[in-house]
Parts: sequence; C-alpha cells; structure tokens
Amino acid sequence: MKILVCISKTPDTTAKIAFTDNNTKFAEAGVQFILNPYDEWYALVRAIELKEADPSIVLHLINVGGADNDPIIRKALALGGDEAFRVNSNNTDSYYIASQIAEIATQNNYNLIFTGKETIDYNGSSIGGMVAELLGLPYISLATKFILEGTSCIVTREIEGGEEVDEVNLPIVVSCQKGVAEQRIPNMRGIMGARSKPLTVKEPINADVLTSIDSFELPPAKAGVKLVAADNPEELVRLLHEEAKVF
Amino acid sequence: MSVLIFLDQSEGHIKKNSLEAASYGAKVSEMLNESAEGIVLGNVQDDLPSLGKYGLKKIHTVKKDSLDNFDDAVFTDIIAEAAKSMNAKVIIFSNNFNGKAIAPRLSVKLKAGLVSGAVALPQLSNGFIVKKNVFSGKAFANVSIKTDIKIISLNANAYKIDEREGTAEVVDFNVSVPDSKVKVKKVDKVAGEVPLAEAEIVVSGGRGLKGPENWQIITDLAKALGAATACSRPVSDSDWRPHHEHVGQTGLTIAPNLYIAIGISGAIQHLAGVNRSKTIVVINKDPEAPFFKAADYGVVGDAFEVVPKITEAIKKLKGI
Repeated sequence: MKILVCISKTPDTTAKIAFTDNNTKFAEAGVQFILNPYDEWYALVRAIELKEADPSIVLHLINVGGADNDPIIRKALALGGDEAFRVNSNNTDSYYIASQIAEIATQNNYNLIFTGKETIDYNGSSIGGMVAELLGLPYISLATKFILEGTSCIVTREIEGGEEVDEVNLPIVVSCQKGVAEQRIPNMRGIMGARSKPLTVKEPINADVLTSIDSFELPPAKAGVKLVAADNPEELVRLLHEEAKVF
Repeated sequence: MSVLIFLDQSEGHIKKNSLEAASYGAKVSEMLNESAEGIVLGNVQDDLPSLGKYGLKKIHTVKKDSLDNFDDAVFTDIIAEAAKSMNAKVIIFSNNFNGKAIAPRLSVKLKAGLVSGAVALPQLSNGFIVKKNVFSGKAFANVSIKTDIKIISLNANAYKIDEREGTAEVVDFNVSVPDSKVKVKKVDKVAGEVPLAEAEIVVSGGRGLKGPENWQIITDLAKALGAATACSRPVSDSDWRPHHEHVGQTGLTIAPNLYIAIGISGAIQHLAGVNRSKTIVVINKDPEAPFFKAADYGVVGDAFEVVPKITEAIKKLKGI
C-alpha cells in the first residue's frame, strides 16, 4: 500500500495580507510561512495514522514550489512520512500544479492520494479533483472521516446540512477537512529523523497554464463599529432594518 | 454558443445556491450575447419551465435514478458531453459542496480554466477576468482565464437572485450514463432547518453562552429572523452543538447578508470563516472582544438579557 499526501506552503493564518509591485505580488517580507493547516492537520495526520496501524504502508509527500519550501517539507517529514518530492516550480495555476502531482503519482502507483480541503491562501479547493481527473480515479471531496477497509474505503463527506457516507474501491483521491484527524505536534525524534529522510527535487514536466492572477486587491476598510446601548434593542433592530436593510 | 449552468439538486429540489448561479449565468450570457442554458441531473419535482424567470432559456435534463446519488466523475462526464453538444463557452457552478467536487474535474476534462470562489461578474474589457476571494476572505484576486472555454464557480450569496418574466424550454439530454464507482451508503440530513450554507441570515453562539442548555435564546432569535444557527469552534468541539454548525477556518466558510455573533470573542480563525458577511453584529459583554473591530454594529452587554429583548423587538417589527 502506497499513500501520497499533497502539501502546500501558505502564509500563517494571522499574517498581515498586503501586496507589492502594483498589487500583483503578495508581500512576503516579515511573513511567517507554515504548512497549509488542512494538509497538515487532516490529510497528513490521517495518512500517518494509517501507517501506524499498518507499518508496511509507504508514505510519500509531494510539494510543488521553490527551494524556500524545503523547511516546510522537512516539518511535514518530522510529523511522519518516508520520503518527499518537491517539484521545482513557483507556478500557482491549479492545473499546472495538479499536472505535476499527477506525473509523480503515475510514476509511483499510489493506492491513496490525500489533499487538504483547500489552501488558506488561494482557497481554490481544486487540486484533488484535478489530480483525480488526470489519473482517471474516483474523488471524494471535503471528507470528514476516512476509514480504510482492505482494498476499499468508507469516506464520510460533508453535504448541505448533513453528511453522506460513501464506499469506494481504491485507488482514490480524497480531500480532507476537520474530523478526518486531530492536529499533532512533531516530537524531537521525528524532527531529528526528518533530516535524513530523502527529499528529492524534480524538475517540472511541461504542462499548460490555464489561468493567471492579474492583480490583488484588499476589501474596503470597515467604517468601524456602531455601538448600540444594551437597553435599547429597538434601536439595533431599527438600524438593521432601515440602514443595513438586512430584513 | 451558450453559457451552461449546472443546477444542483437535493431530494428533488434545485438548491438555492444554484438559482444564484442561474441568475449570474444569465447575466454572463447577456454580456456575451449567448443563450443561458441549465442542466439538471437526476429526478426533480420542481417546476423546471418556471426557472426561466432566472433568465434560463433552456434546461437539459437527464432523468436517471442512479443520478440521484452524487458521483463527481459521472456528473463531470455528463456535463462535459452537454457542454460539447451545445458549444458552451462558459460553464457556471455554485461553489458549494458538489460544485467543489465537479468543477476541478471538468476543468481538466475540457482543458478549461477554472476560477473557484468567484464573487463578481467577469470583466471582459481586457480578456476574461474574474474576481475571487483569496487569503480566507482577507483579499481578492482578479484571475484571468486564458482558455477558450471558461469555468466559474460562484460563492454562495455573492450574486443576488434576479427574477424576471420568462419560461424555460425543458428538453431531455440523451447521453449514456457511466457506471458509478462510488456506492452511497447513507445520507444524513437535518430536516426542516435553514441550511447554513444557503442562509441569508445566521445567528451564531460561542462559549459566552456557557452551555448547550442556554441555546434557546439563539434558536428563538434565529426563528424570529428566519435564520440558520451556527457556532464557534469551542462550542462544536465540546459537542454543545452539532459539527455541521461550526463556522470558522476549520469549519464552514459563510457569507450571509447578516451574521449575528453572540458570546464569540472573534479569534482570527473564526473571522476567516465569517468575514465576508455583508453586515456583522456582535453582542458580547467584554468591550475589548476583538470581534468588535470587525463588526458593523455592536452591543456591549449580557447576552442573556440583550438577546431576548432583540428577539421581541424583531417580532414586534414583523408583527409575529
């Protein structure tokens, strides 16, 4: 059994969002970068749990990015995983990235490919579905539970106001969100061990770029909070009705 | 040529978010001088010709029982066939659970650039540029789609449902339905509630409510407003409320017209899930709660005293 987990580098959740170069580039100066929380807490940890239950499982990680992503990849290896690939490209188009992941997947024949539900920077939620289509595999998106049962799996996915339980034969691609696993912190043994795990850099294959970001913009600043006295609920209701016109 | 809109259904009814997508798609079709056409998979009870009032000229249906179960691979195949047969130039989805599963697959299948999480109509003056949410609601990106066929998935509540006169022609779309590799074993849905992802008004409670036994003030206010209920992460982690009510970075991301946060301090992870709400009301007894900085209206006070009074004032206004 071989598992691939797709990991991404994102600005920290609390990072200040600003842009440079005439609003065409994210201002990276002073920003702390992290392993994308959905990839780390849910996709990677669930894969590690599966490997703990069955040590014969081979667990690979893949990232598409530049050399400055290596510390993030090492952190993921410190949590768990046998080896990692980094495809050396800074392109951010989802189709291009999915094509690179599909290429590595084709070379290694994985039974299971995990992604996080989305990255917290581009919020595309697209890589899993694209990889699945490129490989001709079934895809379950936004899983809240994943159980492996021999050569098939039981996956619970979120739907409007509830959930759906699906049974699918492997191989499969699954995007993971809250519920699939619990966040872990790497221990010292993992951190030391991660240094000697293989991290192979691959050059990208030729792939089309279907979209590009022309510019960024920040939302207009809020006017500031209008406080209403606690003993005057009628005034709040009046403001919501007549000024904000929300009901 | 046409603009094709995927009309997502659940238990025989077209989802509200898909009506937003239909209104948006109809507007795009006017901008491009093309025809807006919808596609519905599975069995629906809704009166489909009446969906013409959202600007749809034609609705293609594939009535097959197996399509009442969702499989993104099967749906992608059928929508791709439909897109080819009607020479669709733009394909629109709601960026809901099913849209997030199908749109990326279709993007690969048709080699069509995808913008997911769109919040505005495309700009056509210099190519085809779609504005979308990025950085978890803290910024927007203007994304240029470079391919001949374009796919847009529209965020919930980002485009207003737009009604007009009109009747849609309903036609069967003849297509072979591939076998599904996904066996749906169980579907659990909460009946009778306003689905959170579709709600225009959301009333949300946090740790400040002290325990699940105190939720009546939240549900009473929600009922008076016709709103959905939500909660913060600690509340769902403590099982005070069901997990599907959790909004925030790790929970559901929502953008209702009105979000009322009661007893929620407003951690940055919570804001990431709700900061796109059009109007935010914060009720908290701590005047230093960070949520007030992100709010449009605020009440500093004890929720147990303030909220029932607001509920009464709303009932009075609405005459209920």
